[in-house]
Amino acid sequence: MAAIDHTRPLTPTGNLRRRRATDRFMRYGCTLAAAMAVALLIWVVFSIVQRGASAISWSFLTQNAPTTFGVSAVGGGIGNAIIGTAMMVAVATAIALPFGLLIAVFLTEFASPRVAGSIRLALDLLYGLPSIVIALFLYGLLVVGNGQAGVYVSFALAIIMMPLIARTTSESLLLVPKELRDASHALGISRWRTTIGIVIPGALGGVITGTILAVARAGGETAPVLLLSSLANTSTTSFSIFSQPLNNIPYDIFNFSEEGGAANIARAWGAALVMIFFVLVLNLVARTLQSRRNRRMMSR
Amino acid sequence: MSDRLGDRALVGLTAGASVIAVVIIGLIIYQVVDSASPAISKLGLGFLGHQTWNGTDVFGAATMIYGTAVTSVGALLIAGPLGIAIGLYLSLLTSGRTAAIIGPLVELLAAVPSVIIGLWGIVVLDPIMRSTIEPALHNVLGWIPLFGSPSLSGAGIFTAILILAIMALPIIAAITRDLFLTVPSELKDGALALGATRWEMVRGVVLGSMRPGIASACILGASRAIGEAIAVVQVIGMVYQIPLNQFANGATLASNMALHATDNSTPLETASIFYLGVILLVMELIVNLAAQAIVRYYRLPDVTSGAAAVAVDEL
Repeated sequence: MAAIDHTRPLTPTGNLRRRRATDRFMRYGCTLAAAMAVALLIWVVFSIVQRGASAISWSFLTQNAPTTFGVSAVGGGIGNAIIGTAMMVAVATAIALPFGLLIAVFLTEFASPRVAGSIRLALDLLYGLPSIVIALFLYGLLVVGNGQAGVYVSFALAIIMMPLIARTTSESLLLVPKELRDASHALGISRWRTTIGIVIPGALGGVITGTILAVARAGGETAPVLLLSSLANTSTTSFSIFSQPLNNIPYDIFNFSEEGGAANIARAWGAALVMIFFVLVLNLVARTLQSRRNRRMMSR
Repeated sequence: MSDRLGDRALVGLTAGASVIAVVIIGLIIYQVVDSASPAISKLGLGFLGHQTWNGTDVFGAATMIYGTAVTSVGALLIAGPLGIAIGLYLSLLTSGRTAAIIGPLVELLAAVPSVIIGLWGIVVLDPIMRSTIEPALHNVLGWIPLFGSPSLSGAGIFTAILILAIMALPIIAAITRDLFLTVPSELKDGALALGATRWEMVRGVVLGSMRPGIASACILGASRAIGEAIAVVQVIGMVYQIPLNQFANGATLASNMALHATDNSTPLETASIFYLGVILLVMELIVNLAAQAIVRYYRLPDVTSGAAAVAVDEL
């Protein structure tokens, strides 16, 4: 045991210098990793904007693909794909939103902790399933023997969206103060009226945020459209979502990129720009809503 | 009276919806196994070890099981350390103000649809791989058989690994960040007060106590890589082989399902595609249940489930 020399000033020893160097090295390493991820996002988005911008025009957004498909075919656009994706996602949302909301209400308001635990597990497993497996399930159940239809994609997207909506909704239901429920009960109001009139409106912000994020995710899902709505006539516009496969944006991007050729790759970038624009806007809206809600929660 | 009816109706309705969510999982498993049954009874377990897939009468999954294993492990080796580093940076090493800007940007990377990442892979990444990265790696590490002669197109297993790493990265980063934010400040402050440097605090207190959570975050990242179909089709080259050289072309379970499910050349092909689906389903269920088991066993905070990572959760 070395005695402490009280006459020496407190200067760092070699050991401390080494420890500080390690500290600095690891901190810079972590900062660099974060910078790399942001740089990657900027690189990807910049590539899309740079290459897609020249393809975007009014006719690209409104016209359909040229009938003579091929490497040399020029012109045309993704009009029917925009309509197809919008219809598929709209129907999917109409299915997933009520289901997600009902499940979230059951989880937070009625289920015992044990039951809620196993339903949460089921939702997490459903969320963890790859979209190709969900697509294959519906392909086996509905398409084999019958043919494709746009609405089958909506079913797949609804299964993908539901866990996300249920999750965000149940989180915001938990944030509704218990006092509100108690006060409503104390006034003699029944449980279902309290839930519908007090609890759900209080959590509406979370429901909307979750739904917007789910829509942003569903719109770009490609595995389901590849199996369930890939044989559409790409040069005509169809609204028959229940009886026909519909052309859609993810399929266009995939198809153009696999076909290759300068004109097709240019179309793929144009379609990617349209897609990423909606994804970014929806994410931005969801975040703005969320932060506004957080601020209100803080000030309460 | 009507109130009692309303109470019952609401409970019944919400419980019914929840039951349907559970039933859907059962239905998915049943349908995929059922549609695969002709192939399962005809090809048996030999399917797993057989290498040929000719699209008409000979089917084997060995090349794709190899492809899925190699790409997801490779993606995890890259995205795991980087994701954890980003999680540490966002939760402990920077100001809240900076984290509030950088964090959402990292999460936005997860929102880019995979078909667009794949397109970017074909047009932007492939040429760079072919002209620069693969020759450089081959020159330096060529004595390891994994880094053999560079590919001619830039497409291949290694490019798929990088693309999958980009997809797993934001998931691992977001989950580990939320995890590290739950470490009690008493523990962190205690370590700093004892004279630990910031990194020693991170290593001793944060990484030490959060090891199971980090494992579960990495498993969920790998789960994303195992199941990705579209972007892999676009960049891996889709050739049925088991090359040691990672710059060569390959195929994965999910990518082959996406590319050939609608071929319908023979009934056996369709059933074999579903057989691939059974293998993928089993892998994903094991992986996801493992992640959930870790979360439950160690009573980790609820940030480690997949859905929470994507949800906006800066409450």
